[in-house]
Amino acid sequence: MLRLDSLSKQYKTGDLALTNISLEIPNGQVMALIGPSGAGKSTLIRCINRLVEPTSGAVYLNDLELSSLNQSNLRKARRRMGMIFQEYALVERLTVMENVLSGRLWYVGFWRSYFRKFPQSDIDEAFRLLERVGLDHMCDKRADELSGGQRQRVGICRALIQDPELLLVDEPTASLDPKTSRQIMRLICELCAERKLSAIINIHDVMLAQMFAQRIVGLQLGEIVYDGPPNGMTPAVLTQIYGEEDWEKTIENVDDDDVLDDEEILTNDA
Amino acid sequence: MTPDTLAAGTFGLSRRWKKPPMIKRPLVRWALWLAAGIYLALAFGTMEVNWGRVADGIPRGARFISGFFPPDFVSSWGEILSGLNESIWMTVTSTVIGIAVSIPIGLGAAKNLAPKPVYLLCRGILALTRSFHEVIIAIFMVKLFGFGPFAGFLTLAIATIGFYGKLLAEDIEDMDPVQAEAVKATGSGWFQWLNYAIQPQVMPRMIGLGLYRLDINFRESAVVGIVGAGGIGATLNTAFDRYEFDTAAAVLLIIIGIVMIVEYTSGFVRQKVQ
Repeated sequence: MLRLDSLSKQYKTGDLALTNISLEIPNGQVMALIGPSGAGKSTLIRCINRLVEPTSGAVYLNDLELSSLNQSNLRKARRRMGMIFQEYALVERLTVMENVLSGRLWYVGFWRSYFRKFPQSDIDEAFRLLERVGLDHMCDKRADELSGGQRQRVGICRALIQDPELLLVDEPTASLDPKTSRQIMRLICELCAERKLSAIINIHDVMLAQMFAQRIVGLQLGEIVYDGPPNGMTPAVLTQIYGEEDWEKTIENVDDDDVLDDEEILTNDA
Repeated sequence: MTPDTLAAGTFGLSRRWKKPPMIKRPLVRWALWLAAGIYLALAFGTMEVNWGRVADGIPRGARFISGFFPPDFVSSWGEILSGLNESIWMTVTSTVIGIAVSIPIGLGAAKNLAPKPVYLLCRGILALTRSFHEVIIAIFMVKLFGFGPFAGFLTLAIATIGFYGKLLAEDIEDMDPVQAEAVKATGSGWFQWLNYAIQPQVMPRMIGLGLYRLDINFRESAVVGIVGAGGIGATLNTAFDRYEFDTAAAVLLIIIGIVMIVEYTSGFVRQKVQ
């Protein structure tokens, strides 16, 4: 379980990115975090694994308080939280396999990682994950040779090979086309279900959030303005989060959305 | 209003547009032009050109060049060879040592890696090593350690630190922060993070710059030799002192040849590692 306790972040420039965020995410829950650009979604998930240091408040991963950890305990805690990024954030000049294995860096010593001599069990797991997302044949390709959807799947493998308890997902579909976006979201949600992971998914696309998440939290100017089930997203709620706009159409479209079978994830390399 | 009347403006006139000037205030703009103009006029006015001497110099130059022909590789071949040997030795060792020392300094001088005090210290070291030209450092080193290639080696190593460290630091500062963030988020250690997130991003450019520095160091080895720091420069200097212009021409041709070889190889390698 992840618990945020009145978390606040004020940047050096004086901008208040988060004010008093308190949230509880039970094990196995996939939560979508929606809100306009600049609402503090990215800051929120980065405050959890302290890529951004929160100004005040506390974060608990099960019973471990994260915001007061020293460097080495912080590394240990980061290992328990897999992160997936908007622009994939693969190290472009490393191979697919190296990128996946970098998820194991906490587990192995420096020289072992330097010479890329990972334990066979790690390599087995890497192949298993790559197979799961249909990319095992590309293991020696450089990351920058892959398409967007493929890169994001490698990013997912890197996060999962950490053997995390929680996924922090930052705009996973923002640079993908609509079809690939759905495939990636479905993949993330399936993997969360398979492994009983909880996840926080920052997402712009309200429709996708409603399709895949079990719970939606709406953030506006660093404050939570909605916290509830996907079907509670009424035009009034969306107006509260994003501002005045004609929301009727956005909501209607959810039910009759395209349904892709799982085979497509494995066969389509788009 | 129809779109047409909108485009034409309320009074039927077209709206004028001009590119906004770089310096907004006209007074400042014209004052700068004027100041630059006055300075240049004065500077050129101060320069004395003695056309008589120029006229004398041209035939002297022609004699000088004709003294170069035919280049004589043979009579001082032993000296040329040992000078060349010394230069190559000096180039390779100083490049390797210089780069090795510049890596930690360059890491420390990257704003996004190092804490402020370390950053300032390393930037200070880089500024210091870059503030003097190789010839000045060479004169100093020759005074300290005597004539010979050791002084040359130290000179070029110091120059390499300033050059390579600064460019490494700048390349690290220009890297993609998200890739670095992603590796950090896995719980990697600091050195693992360097190896997985930073090194792959800067490596191709650093290999290219290393070869470029090798090339520069060879050329500089000829220059520092003239002030007594050994190498092919010393051979060249001796040849000039003895008015053996044909031997000097041979040395110059060899330097040109080697620089060209290094140039082409480094270009080729740089293309390969991208």
